[in-house]
Amino acid sequence: MTHVEREQWDVVVVGAGGAGLRAAIEARRAGARTAVICKSLFGKAHTVMAEGGIAASMANVHPQDDWKTHFRDTMRGGKFLNQWRMAELHAQEAPERVWELETWGALFDRTPDGRISQRNFGGHEYPRLAHVGDRTGLELLRTLQQRSVGLQQEDHRETGDHEGRLKVFQEFTVTRILKDGDGRVSGVFCYERESGRFLVLEAPAVVLATGGIGKSFKVTSNSWEYTGDGHALALLAGAPLVNMEFVQFHPTGMVWPPSVKGILVTESVRGDGGVLRNSEGRRFMFDYVPDVFKEKYAETEEEGDRWYEDPDHNRRPPELLPRDEVARAINSEVKAGRGSPHGGVFLDVSTRMPAETIRRRLPSMYHQFKELADVDITAEAMEVGPTCHYVMGGVNVDSETAATVGVPGLFAAGEVAGGMHGSNRLGGNSLSDLLVFGRRAGLYAAQYALSGVGGGIVAADVDAAAAEALAPFGSASGASGGHGAERNADASGGRGPEGDAGPPENPYTLHQELQQTMNDLVGIIRREGEMAEALDRIAALRARARRVTVEGHRQFNPGWHLALDLRNMLLVGECVARAALERTESRGGHTREDYPAMDRAWRPVNLLCRLDGDGIALERTRTEPIRPDLLALFEQDELAKYLAEEELEGLEGSHGA
Amino acid sequence: MATGTEPPGSTTGVRSPGRAAIAARHLRTDRWWLSPAATAAGLLAFVVYSTWRAFANADYYAAPYVSPFYSPCLAENCVPMEDGPNWEIFGSWWGLSPALLILVFPLGFRLTCYYYRKAYYRGFWASPPACAVAEPHASYSGETRFPLLLQNLHRYFFYAALPVAGILTYDTVLTFRNADYAWGHAGLGTLIFLVNIALIWAYTLSCHSCRHIVGGRLKHFSKHPVRYRLWTWVGRLNARHMLLAWSSLISVALCDLYVYLLATGTFDDPRFF
Amino acid sequence: MSTYDARFRVWRGDVDGGELTDYTVEVHDGEVVLDVVHRLQATQTPDLAVRWNCKAGKCGSCSAEINGRPRLLCMTRMSVFARDEVITVTPMRAFPVVRDLVTDVSFNYAKAREIPAFVPPAGVGPGEYRMRQEDVERSQEFRKCIECFLCQDTCHVVRDHEENKGAFAGPRFLMRVAELDMHPLDAAEEAGLDRRRTAQEEHGLGYCNITKCCTEVCPESIHITDNALIPMKERVVDRKYDPLVWLGNTIRRRKTT
Repeated sequence: MTHVEREQWDVVVVGAGGAGLRAAIEARRAGARTAVICKSLFGKAHTVMAEGGIAASMANVHPQDDWKTHFRDTMRGGKFLNQWRMAELHAQEAPERVWELETWGALFDRTPDGRISQRNFGGHEYPRLAHVGDRTGLELLRTLQQRSVGLQQEDHRETGDHEGRLKVFQEFTVTRILKDGDGRVSGVFCYERESGRFLVLEAPAVVLATGGIGKSFKVTSNSWEYTGDGHALALLAGAPLVNMEFVQFHPTGMVWPPSVKGILVTESVRGDGGVLRNSEGRRFMFDYVPDVFKEKYAETEEEGDRWYEDPDHNRRPPELLPRDEVARAINSEVKAGRGSPHGGVFLDVSTRMPAETIRRRLPSMYHQFKELADVDITAEAMEVGPTCHYVMGGVNVDSETAATVGVPGLFAAGEVAGGMHGSNRLGGNSLSDLLVFGRRAGLYAAQYALSGVGGGIVAADVDAAAAEALAPFGSASGASGGHGAERNADASGGRGPEGDAGPPENPYTLHQELQQTMNDLVGIIRREGEMAEALDRIAALRARARRVTVEGHRQFNPGWHLALDLRNMLLVGECVARAALERTESRGGHTREDYPAMDRAWRPVNLLCRLDGDGIALERTRTEPIRPDLLALFEQDELAKYLAEEELEGLEGSHGA
Repeated sequence: MATGTEPPGSTTGVRSPGRAAIAARHLRTDRWWLSPAATAAGLLAFVVYSTWRAFANADYYAAPYVSPFYSPCLAENCVPMEDGPNWEIFGSWWGLSPALLILVFPLGFRLTCYYYRKAYYRGFWASPPACAVAEPHASYSGETRFPLLLQNLHRYFFYAALPVAGILTYDTVLTFRNADYAWGHAGLGTLIFLVNIALIWAYTLSCHSCRHIVGGRLKHFSKHPVRYRLWTWVGRLNARHMLLAWSSLISVALCDLYVYLLATGTFDDPRFF
Repeated sequence: MSTYDARFRVWRGDVDGGELTDYTVEVHDGEVVLDVVHRLQATQTPDLAVRWNCKAGKCGSCSAEINGRPRLLCMTRMSVFARDEVITVTPMRAFPVVRDLVTDVSFNYAKAREIPAFVPPAGVGPGEYRMRQEDVERSQEFRKCIECFLCQDTCHVVRDHEENKGAFAGPRFLMRVAELDMHPLDAAEEAGLDRRRTAQEEHGLGYCNITKCCTEVCPESIHITDNALIPMKERVVDRKYDPLVWLGNTIRRRKTT
């Protein structure tokens, strides 16, 4: 048996972004000894990339705002596919979560009377986003980080130990959730990046807060950490994923130069007058206004241009259509051969405003391009194209407790959890999601852990996890680094029983091929044949991934880390492709060229992904009917656009009574 | 293909045990030494010039101009200056140059100034010579101990620099006379004095201590709108503190040089009116 | 698109020693140093250790030293170098090395723990906080910090004097003290905590000789020296050295008693 160091904790939180830290703070507050594991350094999580703000109906700027309005906006944004109870809780609890941050030292931008300022954002009826310039995510994460440190200081005063009740294991990666003989969570298996040593944290409750899956796609705004670890860990532990076909592509990410590929260009560039042009110089968005929006958008460039000055008497330019419409239009232009040299289109402000105005109104964008790309946006057009931004799908959880369905002791919150955002997420709802459900996950995980459940670790599982982690070094090598005890694990590890024949594979190459496959075949516009091909390619990649071999030893070896992340990205990629192939309609973040319209019959249908042998099996489920008092928040006409026939029948019955 | 960097012999600073074993004390490829060298040269030039002039005890008055190095003139051995800054506080026993009495204050103000500190710590003491260039000293205690602890007295010198700047302003007013003390005239010297006093005030008010006193020490700007506005103005000046430190240093030396040239008859003050 | 071969010299090794290793690697238009490091990983040195996350200058992970200057790898464009220049990349030299370009930055996390957290004001509930924009702006500037620790790396107080690490918190965390001291609602003083005194006596503010390297390397362009460290020094003077303030306080005390 492998000797692996073990520690005992009550709750283990995987991920130290907004959701993970909020969960950890709550679990520690509820009395549970809590360990946080993060792949990066503490305080570097992807949450820092969020710019816009935190959506919460505090009504500081518009007095009529309330949770019901926020709920309605969220459901409309998600095309009614949202897990409605999550959307309700989210809308109700978001203001408290924001205010709480202030008591921990956060400094949001202020209204003239000294309250938290709130800004407008796409899809939100009222100004609702608490913000700090364009670095709201950083403020949120830093506040939670400093709150965690503050709690450690309290513990230190009381017990003399900073880390006795709340400890951060930074630069550790979890590769397996461990379960006891009865199928309940009993801990996690992880490795330390710095040394390559293995560690088992035993705990009856584990909270997944690992974020998204963007690194499976070639062009993405996500950081390297977004390899779908939590999604895969849940699958491997037996918990299903829901709504995985819904991936949000932001229409304007950079495509050139390569150093900024995928990085977001904020929507305000278009809001402030930036226009999209193709290689012929044409403002092509005028050709892509869908019929349902015809009355709301300008038909000529002149009218569109007048809107910026006089929005009451003119219609807005079509550059400001919803994200999915713009993304699709850009995609079509590029496919038709009218794209920019590097496969995007041109987003131009340089000919629209004086340089001085650009620098004043878009300081961060000006700065970002100048610093990162040596592009002067006051002098030349940017090249932009859709970029993978967010996954709406995720671990299927209970709305109240964030507990996963099917694996006792496993919880999930944040981007890794599914359901909350339905088929499409509104800007600003992500940060509030992290706080609301991070807290809930931490609270209920602590309650569960302290209720005295849970068994032990199964030794064979630890051995298997160690062998799996060492497989990329190959069975013959003694490449385990300086840890003598673990060197033995190499012997039991090594190649799987399949005995796959073939040349050794480079993890970087496989990763690039997977990204290309997902981008080209399961990207923003999907077709049946392409997705089927994607599934074939993923299966082939999975076979090749068994032959991945890495050089060097276990100390901070990025090649090895990537080899282990590949498993997760392949699993998640297959989930996305399978679910997308199954859902024969277009809705939110899922666009089928062969089924271009939303189909109401699909509204109450969720697709669950489960692990089935090596691959993924799909299951169709019916969603729980939306509670009548929540439905009553909408007009009947509006519901008729979304709800399936049989749902409407039920509704008429109750309304008629 | 590889350049070996053996674990180095010395074991301090960037070569401390545990740190990446790189023998070079720095790997900068730019001309990092230029800035500290230029700073040191500039400061040195001023020190040499001002020492000579301060000890000279001569050629500091050419009606109606008095050298800023000798104003106010606090001993009996001063040249009489009509309506000028002759205050014989020190009486007759002072036999040295009267400049030494007053220069203590502006000198102390500049010596403890946050910008000049940076300049001479880098330029003269190489602590550090430039960013990420290892300094040659074996130990370092910064401003935690005597005598450098006295840098905290900067604020006293700021208080003292205010009246000195006031007197130099008065001197500048006096330059609107001709050599016979008749009012309503001006010459090239008047212009030089005007520029100098503007720079002296800008430098004095842009001081970090001043910025702190006018508003920086407050916790709630919103409760003190006037001081907040003052703080904002001083802050804007403060951003140019280095520029003002150098330009006022040069202007005060030029002022003195101009008076010297007039007093020695090397040059005649061109009169405007 | 134009490409060329750049000459790189990267420090490879670990705590037991290492060396500057030469590589020739392809560079494309518009790339940053981190892109080139990634190409090295993918084509020549799969185990070259480097930290990075966002690649957009927002997380502060990829701190290193390029041609001897502390920089973020993702914010250093290749176009600032001549094509025939040898580009030297080393780990941060103020911290212990882990492997290749990765250093052990735990010093900073230990220091972070030594700065007492924000103290909420008594009797003000969540949602009742009222602060004006002008009151929060100073601290907001410091909260732009992405904790890349380049300022800690470049500061000669600890870079050149390992023995000072115990007594000196470094620019980033002295700035954190300033941030809290300037926070309009921080109630540390009411709770008996004097942040100014502790800045000087416990966090080593006196070691700072304001030579401004921290400000020079800050990728967020925070005016660390002018807006945090010097004001903090002045606040310490308020407490300890200013005669007028002392007089004012004495008179006020007399009035209230």
